[in-house]
Amino acid sequence: MNTTLFIGICYVISAALFILGLKLLGSPATARKGNIISAVAMLIAVLATLLDQHIIDYRYIAVSMAAGSVIGLYIARKVAMTAMPEMVALFNGLGGMASLLVGVAAIEIGINAFIGFTIFLSILIGGVTFTGSLIAWGKLSENLVGRPIMFKGQAVVNSVTILLMVISCVVFSGSPENTTYLYVVIALALAFGVLAVIPIGGADMPVVISLLNSYSGLAACAAGFAINNNLLIVAGSLVGASGIILTQIMCKAMNRSLSNVLLSGFSAVKNSTLTIEGEVKAISAQDAYYVLEAASTIAIIPGYGMAVAQAQHAVKELQELLEKNDAEVIYGIHPVAGRMPGHMNVLLAEADVSYDLLLEMDHINPRMENVDVAIVIGANDVVNPAARDMEGSPIYGMPVINVDKARTVFVMKRSMASGFAGIDNPLFFKDNTRMLFGDAKETLSQLIRELSN
Amino acid sequence: MEIYVFLAFILMLSIYLGFELINKVPATLHTPLMSASNAISGITLLGALIIAGRTSSPELKTIIGCAAVLLATINVIGGYAVTDRMLAMFKNKKESK
Repeated sequence: MNTTLFIGICYVISAALFILGLKLLGSPATARKGNIISAVAMLIAVLATLLDQHIIDYRYIAVSMAAGSVIGLYIARKVAMTAMPEMVALFNGLGGMASLLVGVAAIEIGINAFIGFTIFLSILIGGVTFTGSLIAWGKLSENLVGRPIMFKGQAVVNSVTILLMVISCVVFSGSPENTTYLYVVIALALAFGVLAVIPIGGADMPVVISLLNSYSGLAACAAGFAINNNLLIVAGSLVGASGIILTQIMCKAMNRSLSNVLLSGFSAVKNSTLTIEGEVKAISAQDAYYVLEAASTIAIIPGYGMAVAQAQHAVKELQELLEKNDAEVIYGIHPVAGRMPGHMNVLLAEADVSYDLLLEMDHINPRMENVDVAIVIGANDVVNPAARDMEGSPIYGMPVINVDKARTVFVMKRSMASGFAGIDNPLFFKDNTRMLFGDAKETLSQLIRELSN
Repeated sequence: MEIYVFLAFILMLSIYLGFELINKVPATLHTPLMSASNAISGITLLGALIIAGRTSSPELKTIIGCAAVLLATINVIGGYAVTDRMLAMFKNKKESK
């Protein structure tokens, strides 16, 4: 059997395992196995590729792979669960850069315009993924400001960049071996990644990360066309499809279109003229304890604030004490709570909260009327009843968790500052709402102390 | 050119398959799903390997290839390792007691 045939067969096995792995990732009980199967698929693919006759020197490969493995393992072990969104963004960027480099190295004398075009795509998508992910990483890790960054003439600069990209696509595809064109394409791709992500605010990051995730797959796909490798296309498009679906889910959860999320930085936030009546009523941790002690059903709704305060372990402790007190505790998770899809679930899993207690929005809302106390921890826009009742509110129409339907609502919050959308939250002014001001972790430990006495 | 038609065929089928597979993933698993698919996107490693090992003299392309191998390996190894770490924490009621 010749080597090429053997490699081909290995690729088929590998593709089958990738698909099986993704399928198993669809259920919490089998997900870990699915991830390992997917990793095995990757291992088979890499080992088979090393047999390729074009590879004549293994020294540099060995060094690069060893270094990459050490760095990858180190980061994966060290990263805190709260820092997961920025880490995914960072890894994503590296994958994009790798596709860009493969695209560049695939350039040879005498290639036709079609290959030139696929190389162009692989450089473009890879470059956008790289710088876009780096900016997302900066925003998520707070090395950059989280709010939208805007400057005068941004729309013009973006339009010109896109126009230049279209022109360079035609010119580059025609003569890919011209290095000047190559540099222009690389520069444009890198610049566009930055331009596309800086006007997007922190709370829209779940959409951006999902989209960049999709791009990294599509970049691998384009590289697959450029070097004629079918496994790159299969794996790349699986990732591309998964990223697109997550993007759609995130957009739907915010009742916004993708273009609205990507371009909203360009339109100023509408000032709502609607007024909110009522007054904000604060409550002390001790009084809150009396209410909690008497409650039999308690719903906890976490948001990004829980991640910031690193309060997930305290939440779990509170849950256990409440359960000891014969109360039922459930969690309500909004799809866009936090900074990436499923962010809250991972944090609560870290604190050992069992996943069958985490209810999605559609499952917790019908139960809300029977909830005695809803505790909102560091969430704001995702529990804002204005999205349901106040036509004209910037988030009107966004599906939210209806905590205001619970008998009593406790809101843990640092101060009265408004959420990302820059709008007041009528929830804070409702008759059945009590505010627990201060650091969420502090407040939780006070409650825990009261309860354990 | 036929090879590209064939590759486009693969592309079309894989995208449909991807949509079908991912649509069923529950929200609880979205973060691990994302980091696992992130690791899969490091498949570019295969292309990088062929480029990095093509010559024994360290010319420009070899250096580019090695850089790509390095980055893609970080992406793949780190992605799978961190996904495993996350998934190890997911427990249901029975398991956590």
